[in-house]
Amino acid sequence: MPKPFTQLTAIAAPVMRSNIDTDVIIRIDRIVGNSVRGSLGKWAFGALRYLPDGSENPDFILNREPYRQAEILVTGPNFGCGSSRGAAVWSLQEMGIRAVIGSGFGDIFFANCFQNGVLPIVVDKGIVDGLAAEVEHTQGAGRISVDLEAQTITSPSGKQIRFEIDPRRRAGLIGGLDEVALTLQRDDEIRAFQAADRTERPWIHFAGKSV
Amino acid sequence: MQKPGRTLLAKIWDQHVIAKMGDDTDLLHVDRHLLHDLGGSRGLLDLKSRNLSVHNPELTFATPDHAISTAPGRAGTIKIGQDLLAAPRVETSASGIAMFDIDEPGQGIVHVIGPELGLSLPGCLIVCGDSHTCTHGGLGALAFGIGSSELTHVLATQAIIQRRPKTMRVKFEGALPFGVTAKDLILALIGQIGAAGGTGYAVEYAGSAIRDLPVEGRLTICNLSIELGAKMGLIAPDEKTYEYIRGRAYAPKGEMWDRAVAAWRQLPSDPDAVFDKEVVVDVGKIIPQVTWGISPEHVIGVDGRVPDPGQIADPAKRAAIETALDYMGLKAGAPIMGTPVDWVFIGSCTNSRLSDLRAAAAVARGRKVAPGVRAWVVPGSETVKRDAVAEGLDRIFIEAGFEWREPGCSMCLAANGETVAPGQRSVSTSNRNFIGRQGPRARTHLASPATAAAAAISGAIADVRTMER
Repeated sequence: MPKPFTQLTAIAAPVMRSNIDTDVIIRIDRIVGNSVRGSLGKWAFGALRYLPDGSENPDFILNREPYRQAEILVTGPNFGCGSSRGAAVWSLQEMGIRAVIGSGFGDIFFANCFQNGVLPIVVDKGIVDGLAAEVEHTQGAGRISVDLEAQTITSPSGKQIRFEIDPRRRAGLIGGLDEVALTLQRDDEIRAFQAADRTERPWIHFAGKSV
Repeated sequence: MQKPGRTLLAKIWDQHVIAKMGDDTDLLHVDRHLLHDLGGSRGLLDLKSRNLSVHNPELTFATPDHAISTAPGRAGTIKIGQDLLAAPRVETSASGIAMFDIDEPGQGIVHVIGPELGLSLPGCLIVCGDSHTCTHGGLGALAFGIGSSELTHVLATQAIIQRRPKTMRVKFEGALPFGVTAKDLILALIGQIGAAGGTGYAVEYAGSAIRDLPVEGRLTICNLSIELGAKMGLIAPDEKTYEYIRGRAYAPKGEMWDRAVAAWRQLPSDPDAVFDKEVVVDVGKIIPQVTWGISPEHVIGVDGRVPDPGQIADPAKRAAIETALDYMGLKAGAPIMGTPVDWVFIGSCTNSRLSDLRAAAAVARGRKVAPGVRAWVVPGSETVKRDAVAEGLDRIFIEAGFEWREPGCSMCLAANGETVAPGQRSVSTSNRNFIGRQGPRARTHLASPATAAAAAISGAIADVRTMER
């Protein structure tokens, strides 16, 4: 169960390229295996972060101070598109990222963030670009604050920006809710649905059997 | 009584609501949960560690595809791939989940076997821990990829919490020009509206070209929905769909078949249904497509030129093109045709079905793979493999110099050690040309099976229309 998220004031790193996909966030061969959790932080953004000889790419923002300490990413459009791999979020989390701010995210990545205690915030592209510009203007020293309870972002210069978020997901992040346990509390409803549906659509429930 | 003006999505969605969670979010019943070796294995172990059991093993189906070797005889399955096989073998058998194992009929890429076995049905809600689950929408199912935590949730509850997406209808109108396939249609659409053009939407594909497509082509169309950003893609079921499903192993039989078809006939969007967004694609203008960059939206006709960043005013767009050209080792403004290739991969959940292999074999027949090119054909399933062998397609490929392999995901995502070497160039029938997708620094050009076969024979990106007979 993810740890609760309420407020965060942290170094933010702008990673503004469009369409950064989850293969770029974490390469598949790093996540093949049943117990990869805990080893992924160093492989996040591998293709951008390391040179072919394995050394750090000095041009990549997360290899530079103070961005190495970033807990927030300010991202380009369609960040996290592509594969459903939950390990994309795990790898960000394991390198210390707790919130991502962008104009749009891959749908599955977006859902995976909430499931793992990482807050994805969608705001207009103009606002994202403004945040990135402010951070760059302070060479990364200017921190961004995120207040999930108040649904606000505060930029390095003190501009306050309101963001929208699904209330159920917000509650889940604040409370660190266990969705499986919550849904199992409604198991009577699930079973009642299935009982009715067996009559309504028997071909779903008795697949391949001649009933 | 059906309410007027409902979309295919709304009809399927409403039928699966167990409980309203407020704010357009519902608890939905999952009719089919498909597990594969990568995510499924982990999910089953996660469930066990939490002392939970599988809610409906009879609605859950497993097969290994991602991390197994596709070498003849499965030689060289990596150690970790073997571990991923061991867990589902034990856990599926303990919980009563049907598993289609290696060398058994039924094994294959999870998005190939679902339709093939009759597990995927119109009106069905299907999830799988894989983003290309949208493929099954080609049969009129509501199918989407889920993340690891959601996967555990579905195993434990047979339900999933989802927010209802917006709806988009894409009409492909017109007759398919010579040499143009389903893959070319969907790549052209991604080029037209972009890799985020469908984000937040469920996309229904319609129009005369979709109605004309056989079911396997429709599966290819829906497969690439996620490359538009859309988690779900759907096509209304019709007579072709029913004929495709009839008689398959898990399809309804006898009287139940008639009842099912009667229900499925109610599913298509009502004529007065309203979509949040409408897009029209003029099919007559499409020619065989090939990608040039590092996103599926970086796509052009095979007779086109790669973009010249010098001509782009917007600095962000210019930089993005420069990055892509640099990664791909292509010159600004150069024609894409004639670009030499090292690898050709024919396979993946996008294009590994029998009709795909036939299209590639039609180009390969009586010709030879160009010197210096390695070309693989990886059938999508054990059944596809056997059917292809029965009609001699394997001989055509082998005689032409292609390698004929065992079913699996293989070089589409390179999770099993099957990679394109750094700096090498591949023409691939798969779905993603992302940085490093086919291996670190591998360069991928996405194309149809026929165009991929043409590249293998020519040793360079080629216009299949000059080679088809």
